[in-house]
Amino acid sequence: MILVGELSLWVALLMAAWTTTVSFSGGLQGRPDLVKSGERALYATFGFTLLASIGLWTALFLHDFSIKFVASYTSSNLPKIYTFTAFWAGQSGSMLFWALILTTYSAIAVFTNRKSNRAMMPYVTGTLGIICLFFLMTMCFGANPYERLDWIPPEGRGMNPQLQNPGMAIHPPMLYLGLVGTAIPFAFAIGALVTRKLDTQWLGAVRRWALLSWFFLTIGIILGMWWAYVELGWAGYWAWDAVENSSFLPWLTITAFLHSIMIQEKRGMLRKWNVTLVAMSFLLTILGTFITRSGIIESVHAFAQSPVGDWFLWFLIVAAVSTAYLVSTRLNDLQANAELESMVSREAAFLYNNLVLVGICFATLWGVLFPILSEWVKGDKITVGPPFFNAVNGPLGLLLLALTGIGPLIAWRRASTSNLKRQFTWPVIAGVATFAVLFAMGMRQMYALVSYLLAGFVFGTIIQEFVKGIGARRRMYGEGLFGASMRLIGRNRRRYGGYIVHFGVAILFCAFAGLMFKKDLTATLKAGESVKAKDAYGSEWVFTSQGISSFEQLNRRVVAASFNVTRDGQSMGILSSEKRQHVNAAGEPTFEPSTEVGILESPKQDVYLVFTGAVDRETAAIHINFNPLVWWVWFGGIIMAFGGLIVMWPQAVRAEREGGYVAELPSESAMTLVGAGA
Amino acid sequence: MKARNKFLLGGVLVLGTAGYLMASSIDETATYYLTPGELASKVSDNPRFVNTGVKVGARVVSGTIVRDPSGRSLTFKMTDGAKTYNVQYRGIAPDTFTDGVDVVVEGRLDANGTFQATTLLAKCASRYENAPEKYKDTPGYKPGTSATPRA
Repeated sequence: MILVGELSLWVALLMAAWTTTVSFSGGLQGRPDLVKSGERALYATFGFTLLASIGLWTALFLHDFSIKFVASYTSSNLPKIYTFTAFWAGQSGSMLFWALILTTYSAIAVFTNRKSNRAMMPYVTGTLGIICLFFLMTMCFGANPYERLDWIPPEGRGMNPQLQNPGMAIHPPMLYLGLVGTAIPFAFAIGALVTRKLDTQWLGAVRRWALLSWFFLTIGIILGMWWAYVELGWAGYWAWDAVENSSFLPWLTITAFLHSIMIQEKRGMLRKWNVTLVAMSFLLTILGTFITRSGIIESVHAFAQSPVGDWFLWFLIVAAVSTAYLVSTRLNDLQANAELESMVSREAAFLYNNLVLVGICFATLWGVLFPILSEWVKGDKITVGPPFFNAVNGPLGLLLLALTGIGPLIAWRRASTSNLKRQFTWPVIAGVATFAVLFAMGMRQMYALVSYLLAGFVFGTIIQEFVKGIGARRRMYGEGLFGASMRLIGRNRRRYGGYIVHFGVAILFCAFAGLMFKKDLTATLKAGESVKAKDAYGSEWVFTSQGISSFEQLNRRVVAASFNVTRDGQSMGILSSEKRQHVNAAGEPTFEPSTEVGILESPKQDVYLVFTGAVDRETAAIHINFNPLVWWVWFGGIIMAFGGLIVMWPQAVRAEREGGYVAELPSESAMTLVGAGA
Repeated sequence: MKARNKFLLGGVLVLGTAGYLMASSIDETATYYLTPGELASKVSDNPRFVNTGVKVGARVVSGTIVRDPSGRSLTFKMTDGAKTYNVQYRGIAPDTFTDGVDVVVEGRLDANGTFQATTLLAKCASRYENAPEKYKDTPGYKPGTSATPRA
């Protein structure tokens, strides 16, 4: 099977090359036989990539240490689940995983669209073929997962203990599912550009894929934050590291696209912009991969120093130049058929939303690339840290939060004063009330206060929308509260799913603002000794050391420090933090000791305890953090993903599909139906 | 004024603010990123450069780490092959910090030429591949060590 897998990789390469060649020539010459052949070759590319992947998994599970990849990332005593996830623990394996997702997506996208967008499809297939070809080439000639060692080591090196975490097992696949998803809209954009079929038709297929990509990216990013938080022991979840940023950048452009696409559907505006956003999302994905694989940017993540980085740079340049060429030669076809009528309209709100999202994207990219730019210009490598990103993205983020509330409430075309009054009175009161209550309770940090004011406003808008919609259904159809809510969401998934996503976003902002009230302290405690601390809410905490214990567990030796925790005299249970020394099958230590933090989680705040070292056999040195509202980051993330799921869920009645993609929907009729309060 | 122009005006305002924030905060947070060799040559060119806070990317010399038992401070030597500095770090070192890893330290040189680090980052787990060429001459560097099993 391993040999089959190795060979399959090469066959897949040939298939991808064939896909590209015949699809493009078939499209240009208008020969359906060639087009058909290209399509089949793409399915075959998928089949062989799948075989290659199964081959690598087989090698991992059979512990074939003659393969460098297997020897580098696994050992024979690694738990089964991590043997499975070792597939993407290293450079070449993760490339294969990437290719596997890409070919799967490509095959599905081509299969489901082969009949609908006929003129465009050869170019879509061809573009996907090129991308597959690129990844397979990179593997075959740059980073082959099947590379052999010239000797067979008796045991593998094992997996880094920090990667042996359930979050880390799911985080990379989610991220890849999201990042790779940008390739499909990109291919459709290229297809639409080449054939000049730039009306709203191509958007139908693209929106679903963009949404899927957004959905997985959101989950992937949040899981990454969670992993960093529970595993790395620095009590934070986001450091504006180059690797984090490179997944954040395409997320921003996809989010912008999912909003601006609505303006094109409803008003036929923003065609150039939408094509650009789709292309940018893909290009930023490739750029991010280049950054993370080439080692060109300094990051906490140890990057692979390999020629693969250069491959990505060249691919990026070729893709960017050809996209720019296609767009510039088709500007006339991309002309808008409507103009912005008023500043006080949903179009304007959405345009600002796009502007801010792209602004954040640009500022973040600037910060990431600053060391390279400064080295070119001044000859010195100059880096910027989190303060830069916070200073720029903080205010922009708050502006975005405000728009999150304004956008959905304001009328299309031109909002009247009465529309504004009707829609905004209660949400504004909600926001101001939130501010007033917090201020009265003694909160003085302006940043946090503004965040909560805006979040209160957004919550107000969303609740108002639901109340109005549910109320209208109950009056019109006499439905119960539950039935009305379910049907309201079910009949307008895009709209109410979107609100749920916004709800999650506002929760996230609240959680971010909570970090302004972080507190921490360090202590060194003998068994029986205790330390007192006050949290941001004014409660008094006492941590009493239970001493240090040592034991063996699975593939590791553990030294644990435990503490009895009380809050205002009430027992909160026991909190332990561990130092783990992982061992191989022979009981010899592998890797450096890792720390397992102790977290006492609650919606109010996390008490985050790190065992930093044992001074002697019964004295533990610890670092305690009080992190307010961190729980809400995970909760907000789940809400966002859930909202995304609702938006994506296929409508039971496919009216949309049958009439082609509903393009210039008369906006008012749709509004009155659901708005009902209007 | 036409709506389009009003929008553009607003857009310029938003982007202008963003641009201003970027420009002003870059000055405040920008830090030189140097190798020990580059730091040494900067200091010999301009002795007052020691007062500048810098980030240094280097490799930990194996066997030089001395940890305080509480885990809250430590000393080690870092090098890029061209120059070696003693480093004193007060704070909690990440788990990935160990002999021979690549680190990024932020801080400044003191009067004795010891680098006083306020932050210490060690390259973390997400990828382990071959070390870069430039570290070939580093003491303790073995080609392909990270790719071949230790056992």
